Amino acid sequence: MIPVPEINLGGILPAVILGIAGVVVLIAGLFIRKGAITVPAIISVVGVLIAGMANGPLRTANQESFSGLVVVDTYTWFFNLLILLATGLTVLISVRYMADDELRLPEYFVLLLFAAVGMMFMVSGNHLLTIFVGLETLSMSVYILTGVLPGNQKSSEGALKYLVLGGFSSAIFLYGAALLYGSAGSLGLPAIMKYMQSGNASSLAFVGTGLLLIGFGFKVGAVPFHMWTPDVYEGAPTPITGFMSVGVKAAAFAAFVRVFFDALPAFQADWTQILWMVAFLTMILGNLAALVQDNIKRMLAYSSIAHAGYILVGMVAGNEQGTAGVLYYLLAYTFTNIGAFGVVALVGRKGEANVLIDDYRGLANQNPLLAVVMSVFMFSLAGMPPTAGFVGKFAIFGAAVSQGYIWLVVVGVLTSAASVFYYFRVIMKMYMEVPDRTPARLEFDPGMLVALGIAVVAVLYIGIFPTTYLDLALKSVKPLF
Amino acid sequence: MENASFPVLSYTTFLPLVGAAILLFINRESRETLRWIALVFMLADFAVSLAAYFMFDSSTATMQLVESHPWVRDWGISYKLGIDGISLFLVLLTTFLGPICVLAAWNDIQHRVKEFLISLLVLQTGMIGVFVALDLFLFYVFWEIMLIPMYLLIGVWGNPARRLYAAIKFVLYTVVGSLLMLVAILALYFMAGAGGEGYTFDLLKLYEFPVPTHAQYWMFLAFFLAFAIKVPMFPFHTWLPDAHTEAPTVGSVMLAAVLLKMGTYGFIRYAIPLFPNAALDAAWWICLLAVIGIIYGAWVAMVQADVKRLVAFSSVSHLGFVMLGMFAFTAQGVEGSIIQMVNHGLSTGALFLIVGMIYERRHTRLIAEYGGISKVMPMYAVFFMIFTLSSVGLPGLNGFVGEFLILVGTFKVYPWYAVFGATGVIFAAVYMLWMFQRVMFGEVTNPKNLSLKDLSGREFVILAPIVVFCVWIGVYPNTFLKPMEPSVKNFIQVVEKKRAAVLDLEKAKQKSAGNGTTIAVTSSLETIGR
Repeated sequence: MIPVPEINLGGILPAVILGIAGVVVLIAGLFIRKGAITVPAIISVVGVLIAGMANGPLRTANQESFSGLVVVDTYTWFFNLLILLATGLTVLISVRYMADDELRLPEYFVLLLFAAVGMMFMVSGNHLLTIFVGLETLSMSVYILTGVLPGNQKSSEGALKYLVLGGFSSAIFLYGAALLYGSAGSLGLPAIMKYMQSGNASSLAFVGTGLLLIGFGFKVGAVPFHMWTPDVYEGAPTPITGFMSVGVKAAAFAAFVRVFFDALPAFQADWTQILWMVAFLTMILGNLAALVQDNIKRMLAYSSIAHAGYILVGMVAGNEQGTAGVLYYLLAYTFTNIGAFGVVALVGRKGEANVLIDDYRGLANQNPLLAVVMSVFMFSLAGMPPTAGFVGKFAIFGAAVSQGYIWLVVVGVLTSAASVFYYFRVIMKMYMEVPDRTPARLEFDPGMLVALGIAVVAVLYIGIFPTTYLDLALKSVKPLF
Repeated sequence: MENASFPVLSYTTFLPLVGAAILLFINRESRETLRWIALVFMLADFAVSLAAYFMFDSSTATMQLVESHPWVRDWGISYKLGIDGISLFLVLLTTFLGPICVLAAWNDIQHRVKEFLISLLVLQTGMIGVFVALDLFLFYVFWEIMLIPMYLLIGVWGNPARRLYAAIKFVLYTVVGSLLMLVAILALYFMAGAGGEGYTFDLLKLYEFPVPTHAQYWMFLAFFLAFAIKVPMFPFHTWLPDAHTEAPTVGSVMLAAVLLKMGTYGFIRYAIPLFPNAALDAAWWICLLAVIGIIYGAWVAMVQADVKRLVAFSSVSHLGFVMLGMFAFTAQGVEGSIIQMVNHGLSTGALFLIVGMIYERRHTRLIAEYGGISKVMPMYAVFFMIFTLSSVGLPGLNGFVGEFLILVGTFKVYPWYAVFGATGVIFAAVYMLWMFQRVMFGEVTNPKNLSLKDLSGREFVILAPIVVFCVWIGVYPNTFLKPMEPSVKNFIQVVEKKRAAVLDLEKAKQKSAGNGTTIAVTSSLETIGR
């Protein structure tokens, strides 16, 4: 008799719900008035909320299902939550933007939801194949979303670049997985770990590990695999850029951490050295390149490279605190960056006409509250207290210091000092300079207001009272150790 | 430790923040209302801090009015406040200058009044927080928070020509120093935690942890950089003349009177007691830098054409005295250093106010534009004279007490430094009095100065209280020295004791190294510096 694998839908229910929500939006698109985007947006948000409810029970779960293809544990729960937050907030900041830019496609939301489904499989993947399928689902959706702006050259260029380089990195990832399969005889993470710890790992396994590292390095945008980031971030519709910078990055880091800590701890000493170097370069290059950008989207793109560097420092630290720091940092970064891109989308107005840092001149006069909100996000990115970004850096750098990586941390803090310059430049433009022309009125919509409100409150709240969230992060990484 | 029954320090710290929050909801057009609310909160804050002064027991050296609540429990971070004789007067100085600054900005600041007052109030909270925090994490948070309002004060309301440059320069200098300090704080935290004291950021517990000497050097270096930039010590002072000159009057007052003290206070509260071996080993060099700062600041001040820049460079010189007294490390030296922090806050703060007042009338700060002002503005001249003399260190005024104690204290240990330092007093007389002479005396050569109005009632109210304190400290300094005496003695004892303890520990370690026994402290050290 053919053994029927046990099926436990509970574990992947959030992903299933998001998938269903996507299909519903797709079908609804056939029946509603052409060009209406409010209904699809509402369906998407409802889907995200229901998925969030379904995600709740996962917090205490700890089980493998589908014959070990996915694992459902607190770690999965945490990242599912993060992905849902990122998706929900992105939907909210998208509505106005889409209306402005004649981008009235319900499919936008469908792709967003499908990307989130892919991410969820990535973070719960306990098998390299699951992770790869998740990665590809995610990537395909995001390639399209990048190029979705009609008649915009930058958008198309970004999409093509992303497609080619993304395909390239997926292939490298797959090659690494194949080599590991060749040596370990399995793609399951537990099996790979057992093989590695047996002590006679073949040199192919080393090569495979290296290739996986490169594959993940591409996805998180670490130097020297970061080349695609600025162009893609600049070309993509602003809300999608926000989504990529937090959602895709979080999912990639989630899988990165799980694969390397769960399956490859035997090589930890080796890959830590490589990651040390990568983190070092990423922090330096990301921050230095961001210093000279005039386009705020490019600036935030390079800044997101720099932040990948800080997060890698947490991986280099390699202990529970460091990994928990990574999780907390990603949480803080999700709120901060979605918020920042929300403001960029808002200020950008029709056709992204105002995406230069100079376009922020005098924003504090025109709209004092929005300037304060943007400042909070910039302070958080720069790691100034009392924001979440500060606590995140503190957690990561603290863990690295405790493991003795003093010099890496010194590089980290010096580059963050440099980052203060370009984040404060935005504040400087908003408060201390006057615009050369009268800017058009900003138009708010409820979705944007809700999203920015949530983001700014969260950035301050989890920055001032971080205990609960640090605790949560620490509990969520327990399954890995 | 017991929590104080009435959290007076929390009230002192956060009352201005409450004021800022209330201002948020006031219409930006009703400027008078905004100003009055800010003034009331600053005055209330001063009143609360006076209550703290009367609750303060000046016979003991322990931390008083302590409040301690866990904040981030897993990391051993607590919300812990307390004051002793060292921080008491710095807190009072800050709260005392608060209402004065609001009054000084009354007419000076005309655009974005709301944002200005909010920044000022937030700044006040940050500064008081730095002086009362007894937890390294909390201290760091306050230390960084106060950067943001100060950045805005310089950048938004500063002198149009170079305010942006000055503002970002100020921020970058400070941030580089303080981030390196953050690394040292983390290293100390983990080292002490591994050394068996339990992981904590509680300053008083960390005081007791003997940091091995070679680690002390690195950590002290990081703390030194952060604080030396803030003080600022020669050669880290280049941000100061820019920031001072470009900032609006009130910004300069806050910078000179309080922000610079955060650096010197950081040395006395953090850098020296945490790393006594490194601090005392470096004392000779630091005193050398201090003396260079005294003389260099004075010389550069002498050739300034801009009154505000002159006062700014005089700060470099005066703060050199503070550092010299502190690192001479005698009871007189340290006491003088603390009283001189207050003195400098009063007299230099007042000088910036004075300069601001004439700038409001004439919109220039060039010495050459003035001359004979004492004939047109006699009352102004009186105040200007008093603060100039106080800055110069005339006996009977506050400056003398501090400089005298510092030089006496230094002479015992480093006679030559005292000799060279004393020339700073002479140079101060030269540049201050010469400037005063050129601005105030002689004939009125510039017709624009003929119609200047003398001080208004508001301006009189601003300056008079400062004069009271200048004279009080000058004539009867015991009011101020008494409460700090036990704390200063205790400070010196604690530092000496800890220093000896570290040396003993390392000797013991060297002996036992032969037997193969290791001490927990040192094993934790091996991991640091990988």
